Amino acid sequence: MSKPGLFGRIFGRSGPESDAPAADAPSVAESPIAEFPVEEVAVEEVIPEEAVADESAVAEPEAPAAKPGWLGRLKAGLSKSSDRLGRGIGDLFTKRRLDDEALGDLEDLLITADLGVATAAKVTERLAKTRFGQDVDADEIKAALADEIETLLAPVARPLALDPSRKPQVVLVVGVNGSGKTTTIGKMAKAHADRGLKVSLAAGDTFRAAAVEQLKVWGERSHCPVFARDTGADAAGLAFDALAQSRGRADDLLFIDTAGRLQNKTDLMAELQKIVRVIKKQDETAPHDVLLVLDATVGQNAHSQVEAFKEIVDVTGLVLTKLDGTARGGVLVALAEKFGLPVHAIGVGESAEDLRPFEAKAFARSLVGLG
Amino acid sequence: MFESLSDRLSKVFSRLTGRGALSEEDVGEALREVRVALLEADVALPVVKDFIARVKARAVGQEVVKSVTPGQMVVKIVHDELLATLGTEGVELSLNATPPVPILMVGLQGSGKTTTSGKLALRLAAERRKVLLASLDIYRPAAQRQLEILAGQTGVGSLPIVMGERPVAIARRAMETGRREGYDVVILDTAGRLHIDQELMDEVAQVRDAVRPTETLLVVDAMTGQDAVTLAREFNEKIGVTGIVLTRVDGDARGGAALSMRAVTGRPIKFLGLGEKLDALEVFHPDRLAGRILGMGDVVSLVEKAMSTIEQEEAEKLARKMEKGKFDLDDMLSQFKQIEKMGDIKGILGMLPGMGRMTEQLKSAQIDNKMIGRQRAIIQSMTGHERRNPDLIKASRKRRIAAGSGTSVQDVNKLLKQHQQMADMMKKVGRMGQKGLMRQGLGGLMPPGMGKRFGR
Repeated sequence: MSKPGLFGRIFGRSGPESDAPAADAPSVAESPIAEFPVEEVAVEEVIPEEAVADESAVAEPEAPAAKPGWLGRLKAGLSKSSDRLGRGIGDLFTKRRLDDEALGDLEDLLITADLGVATAAKVTERLAKTRFGQDVDADEIKAALADEIETLLAPVARPLALDPSRKPQVVLVVGVNGSGKTTTIGKMAKAHADRGLKVSLAAGDTFRAAAVEQLKVWGERSHCPVFARDTGADAAGLAFDALAQSRGRADDLLFIDTAGRLQNKTDLMAELQKIVRVIKKQDETAPHDVLLVLDATVGQNAHSQVEAFKEIVDVTGLVLTKLDGTARGGVLVALAEKFGLPVHAIGVGESAEDLRPFEAKAFARSLVGLG
Repeated sequence: MFESLSDRLSKVFSRLTGRGALSEEDVGEALREVRVALLEADVALPVVKDFIARVKARAVGQEVVKSVTPGQMVVKIVHDELLATLGTEGVELSLNATPPVPILMVGLQGSGKTTTSGKLALRLAAERRKVLLASLDIYRPAAQRQLEILAGQTGVGSLPIVMGERPVAIARRAMETGRREGYDVVILDTAGRLHIDQELMDEVAQVRDAVRPTETLLVVDAMTGQDAVTLAREFNEKIGVTGIVLTRVDGDARGGAALSMRAVTGRPIKFLGLGEKLDALEVFHPDRLAGRILGMGDVVSLVEKAMSTIEQEEAEKLARKMEKGKFDLDDMLSQFKQIEKMGDIKGILGMLPGMGRMTEQLKSAQIDNKMIGRQRAIIQSMTGHERRNPDLIKASRKRRIAAGSGTSVQDVNKLLKQHQQMADMMKKVGRMGQKGLMRQGLGGLMPPGMGKRFGR
């Protein structure tokens, strides 16, 4: 386990991470934050000590400088999945004419990467236009395929835009159960707090047992106050109060967690609308961002998820989690084509540093097995 | 939104039924649709190819040509092949071992292991088994606490949390506690892990070696895409899986993952998770799922569910009234209460045949639990006298009831009309007697308007 040790997590690092792209962090130097008052939440009694104990048990000498760059991490994460796709293409095109049969095989390979039938057909068609009948080798076809995918993805690779004039910028995080909302919020909060932004968290998952405690642990790790109520409390009421307090503190960012809900449950989706309504009572423009968190292992149901959440709460951006498995997240290509929603970040691991900006080129090349 | 697999297949087959004889071309066209439908349902490509080949081999040729209704024939062949893939019989949890019987829950992060552990505990406790829940998830913040809370909610035992203890040690302690305190079953909920995470897979293998679980259940999200094959294979090879639990089946994912995993591992799917409530766990019946995929509904599941929920006493009372042909508003109220007890109304309707086409109408009709709540409120705003004699309710009473329940006079009218229809139907049922009811089936129970509105 190469997790950062306990102290690294709790106290954070002194400066912004060296490998963090500066582009997506508009300067907010006018609000340097030394320390958060943490009396909003009685963290001491809530922090399950197992988190602490567990990490001290696996603690290793702190060596943040030795961490691989984000590209390396993405590659490491994606390579496991792209290996097979890459190998598949390698097997197919070691010296082969790009004919109908070969295209069919290529299409199949894209389907197994979860691109979906329609998008896989479209990508191979575009490839066929330029390359049909040519003798191609594996690398050529990989590069061409990556280019096609990159073209589709480039327009959506946009990090979460920060607007320093908002105090706070309200980010509502939604998604189906188990997609990784709470973990994503924890990672984002940590990243932004480490950059010196003033961040608060609202534990809006008042349904799942211990979800509030889970977010509080992340609040502790990132030194962000967590507004919480007991499990079973009204999430909209909590969101309202959290925003009021966050405005009072003049936070830069307020992340509002929500309970996981399946997109076909109209009553639960209506609850989500209620959260948005009450937020708007205080700030017409809020929520400024609505992030839909998608699990990379999800297949074509992602279409239904985006569609439903977009209709109900006007999703503004996507986060793709769990890309460190063998799931390839290829459905993202289809989503980019269909909805054009920005993809703000991808998750390639469990620690705070494993949430990374989404880069079209790197993603496309990794997806087809190119380094 | 994509059409559901049943929608898609039923569209293909309705076209087939509309034609006379079935050519190879027709079958080919139908199977292309089936292929796309299966892929969009996230059935893994190799499994799809295999499946299509088998159906084609059987469909083209005599069997179909000789058939009077070719569409039905293809439906049957597809259905049979689905069954062959899913396994022809439901497989029960095997608990025939010396207690405490260890059950190991494994799966990816966020697949629903902890919730499923709680549901399984409730289910086993209902079978009068003494269940101990133990969380080996020392990684996700508050995971152990989550399981402890679930244990409290289900009223089963929970292994006290010891901070800093490693998973293998926790598992051993759980088994010891189980033996010492006379538990029948010990459910070990593990941390979510990626099947390629060597370290964590080794860890769970050590747990397996330490407790030798009777059942190792792989918990997988029904929304899983093509990767289902890989993860099922890896978990099966590295840990040895005895069964699969498919979660979030109440979503609109078409659950192709079930087909893939069954085909790849040969392990049976044992349970389906159908909602967030702790009783929303059902035994998997391959024939029912195959039927559901083909749009034949899941009537058996519905009937079973209704039977276990509706209290015998209530049912007998209702039966007596039905025999007399009496059905007043109090009876209607108790029916609403029972429906609510059965869970989400859409979950129930989803089990009925023809659901695929109903979804859209349901959306526009706004049928949900809220509507039932409103109707309950209307009845509860009536006096006892009114409930027993609905004929009394005229204009001014209607206005009072509407005001009392926060609804409108139209809503009250609607409810009274609905009651009238149900009462008429009850009279009919009463005349038919119990045997008649069984002959007519559930369709006979649908109010006349409803059948037209939601039927195909």
